Amino acid sequence: MSEAINEKIKNYSTAPFDARFPNTNQTRNCYQNYLDFHRCNKVLSAKDHDVTACEWYKRVYKSLCPIGWVDKWDEQVENGSFPGKI
Amino acid sequence: MAYPLQLGLQDATSPVMQELIHIHDHTLMIALLVSTMVFYTILTTVTTKLTNKNMLDSEGIQTIWTIAPGLILILIAMPSLRVLYMMDEVNNPHLTVKTIGHQWYWSYEYTDYKNLEFDSYMIPTQDLIPGQFRLLETDHRMVVPTDSPVRMLITAHDVIHSWAVPTLGVKMDAIPGRLNQTTFVVSHPAVFYGQCSEICGANHSFMPISVEAIPLIHFEDSSTSMLAKI
Repeated sequence: MSEAINEKIKNYSTAPFDARFPNTNQTRNCYQNYLDFHRCNKVLSAKDHDVTACEWYKRVYKSLCPIGWVDKWDEQVENGSFPGKI
Repeated sequence: MAYPLQLGLQDATSPVMQELIHIHDHTLMIALLVSTMVFYTILTTVTTKLTNKNMLDSEGIQTIWTIAPGLILILIAMPSLRVLYMMDEVNNPHLTVKTIGHQWYWSYEYTDYKNLEFDSYMIPTQDLIPGQFRLLETDHRMVVPTDSPVRMLITAHDVIHSWAVPTLGVKMDAIPGRLNQTTFVVSHPAVFYGQCSEICGANHSFMPISVEAIPLIHFEDSSTSMLAKI
């Protein structure tokens, strides 16, 4: 299971088409992957599992989200003021 | 790119734009034919010496001039819908480039692998080298590979802008807080120009877009050298 994910991460070129977000507005695509990365980290590290699988979400949000947005959210997560549920 | 006394659309450098030009020509031809026919009909009707004081029935011609426009509209709609759905097709992009509109410049981000980001300001007229284009040249161009589907994610930092490159058939609003997606494929290597297409303040006319398409084999070298430079 994790080999498949690692293979996908290794062959990553850019964020693939996500059928959950088929339309022009990709704001939610970026935000959802950012949330999923942090949630994945939180859940897997709470159970002491390997967090490398979460790397996929990180690659996708890094591809999609403007750097400014990511920096702002990272700061909020550090401060504890991030509005999303992680 | 645009040229003086231009009347039509710019030449296409992407398959989608090629199709758009095709339906534009098709639809415009129909419009011209209809207009010519109507003009001629009105002209002859107004200048004729013939008179008829009896009411005549005309069901035949009324049927014809109801059915015929219907058919003409179908002839216009069919290619139009075909291209509309073609533009919406799912294509797995090879590359994602983000562009952010600011007052009054564009910034580009390539973050699939490393974090490459740079600003693209217009070159002022007094700083142009002979041969460069006024109000279109920028200090850094957005570089993309040819024959590769490129996903553009467009947003803005302050007010609404719009990212447009006519020769690629791309125009998408840049709205703060929203990420708009569009895709294009460049057919051949060249430099393409566009201008901000949504009023955004004093220098709205002076924040052009400049895209350089290079063959895919050279793209990686170009990105690496850009990363080193910036």
